Amino acid sequence: MNNLLIWPVILPLIAGLLFILVPKNIRLQRTLSVVVLAVIAGISITIMNQISTNGIQTLQLGGWQAPYGIGLVADMLSMLLVLTTSIVAFCCVIFSFRTIGKEREKYYYYPLFLFLITGVNGSFMTGDLFNLYVFFEVLLVASYALISLGGKKVQLRETMKYVIINILSSAFFLVGIAYLYSVTGTLNLAHISVRIAEAGQDGFITTVAILFLIVFGIKAGLFLFYWLPGSYSAPPAAVSALFSALLTKVGIYAIIRMFTLVFYHEPQITHLFIGILAALTMILGGIGAIAYWDINKILTYNVIIGAGFILAGIAAFTTSGALGSIYYLIHDMIIKALIFLIGGVVVYLTGTTNLKEMSGLIRNHPYLGWMFFIASLSLIGIPPLGGFLGKVFVTRGTFEAGYFWLGLIGLLTSLMILYSVMKIFMNAFWGETVLSEEEEKGTTKGVILPIALLTLLTIALGLGPEFINSYVEIAVEGLMNPQTYIDAVFAENEIP
Amino acid sequence: MKPEPNDVILHTVTKLAAVIIFTFSIDLFWAGHHFPGGGFIGGLTTAAGIVLLYLSFDIERIQTNLPVDYKKMAALGVLISVATGMGGMIYGDNFLEQAFGYFDLPVFGETELATAVLFDVGVAFAVIGTAITIITSISEDEL
Repeated sequence: MNNLLIWPVILPLIAGLLFILVPKNIRLQRTLSVVVLAVIAGISITIMNQISTNGIQTLQLGGWQAPYGIGLVADMLSMLLVLTTSIVAFCCVIFSFRTIGKEREKYYYYPLFLFLITGVNGSFMTGDLFNLYVFFEVLLVASYALISLGGKKVQLRETMKYVIINILSSAFFLVGIAYLYSVTGTLNLAHISVRIAEAGQDGFITTVAILFLIVFGIKAGLFLFYWLPGSYSAPPAAVSALFSALLTKVGIYAIIRMFTLVFYHEPQITHLFIGILAALTMILGGIGAIAYWDINKILTYNVIIGAGFILAGIAAFTTSGALGSIYYLIHDMIIKALIFLIGGVVVYLTGTTNLKEMSGLIRNHPYLGWMFFIASLSLIGIPPLGGFLGKVFVTRGTFEAGYFWLGLIGLLTSLMILYSVMKIFMNAFWGETVLSEEEEKGTTKGVILPIALLTLLTIALGLGPEFINSYVEIAVEGLMNPQTYIDAVFAENEIP
Repeated sequence: MKPEPNDVILHTVTKLAAVIIFTFSIDLFWAGHHFPGGGFIGGLTTAAGIVLLYLSFDIERIQTNLPVDYKKMAALGVLISVATGMGGMIYGDNFLEQAFGYFDLPVFGETELATAVLFDVGVAFAVIGTAITIITSISEDEL
């Protein structure tokens, strides 16, 4: 029992509720949001240290023991993601001070932002399949409101698509839960794992596993991503950065959790299927990233490629594959927030999303330009930046597992990413300066700080991986040995 | 000039029915501690009563007589529930741990008091606030 675990979930909830009671006090909302996110980051570091000394931490809500109660489980993977989430959200919320606009702030922007964080943190930490669904809904409802907030025509159109596809996938999610419950008679993830290990993963359970894969795949932007590029480029930069950094990652986390803890008995079917989906996702995402001349579209297709690449490591299902996936997942959250924020600034400055209509921004904004350059290199995986380690380990993992085609496609799409981000760099930053500072539609004042913070993080992740390496290795150990998770959940209780 | 609406029967019945609905919803709320009922259902029936008032009278009149901001009510409700959950943590128990005891109260005699009731109050507030907010915002929608 560790009551610290509840704070990352309820702290943003309480703050968001308080904001609704004082909707007019924007300054309080801004300060408190920043403080709350910083506190969550501190709490998650504390919990990470507790995990590395005492093993996986659990909290059984209301004192009802597993599997009857509903609990929170903090293993290293969850807490690494909660920590990254709060850092990314911290930067996005600072970025939104200057860019989001008075109107949105008055109409509950900050409460919705924090409710989204509640849902994301809850999804990462819950140990119960049905509560995973509930937290998914919490973050989805918040994201429905955030994506449509402002009520522009394109936002409403994309919101419709986004809502419909997500309601559909949530319905499938419920159906999957019902099937799994009818087979195992429990909803506690650890208990499901035990029951399936006892009874064996037969064809029916494998089919249910594929159903879950499709559900989470839709949320993660895997293969069935046709709604994603439109929806993620509709809202303002701070929101789309948050979405692309966090929302798809929750889906990816759910896939990682389900397919290492519960459905790990038939990897030649389920994990191969993940691999095929990942490969298709990377190829199609790469083609999309190359094809468009719209900066938002290029960046959203990069989100899709990232999702595919992370799951390639899980498909391999080896220690190095999982290690690479976790590294790349953390890197991807940071880097996607970073390039979306920079992309947002570029759009604010030029007033257009078409790359052909912008040029030479680097003369007036050298820092912005070079930070984008660093971000691009990190995105591709050039050493010594953040993306390098993840790429190396994922590729090694796929080769070890004998999925040479998957590793090669991963490397090939790196070239596609290189082409797509260099296209942005050459067109937007390089070349003849067409806009003088007076002609620009916006300023970079007050938005450079969060961008610089994220850039520093991605450099630090590349230069000093030994700081987090010990944590990531514990996370990998946990993923490869589901028994540690199960033991932590049931503690000394008898497993019924 | 608009003709005087002919709704005497509607108004009279509503005034009577609203009292019965509110009483019943409070009864449902209390019943929920040991029997079917509780904050959610009690809240929903209360919301139904308020909606009936909205339907038979106009929105402005109800707003002046029941000056409640339902959005804030919903937020307050969830806050109460979360705070009740945190109550257990002060005594070193798990989050959401509940406590109850028997007390000798002057009028009621021996009575069971439980923190779960406070949680239910929060739920009821949240449900009323949300339901009324949804219904009024749909009714304000002009196409």
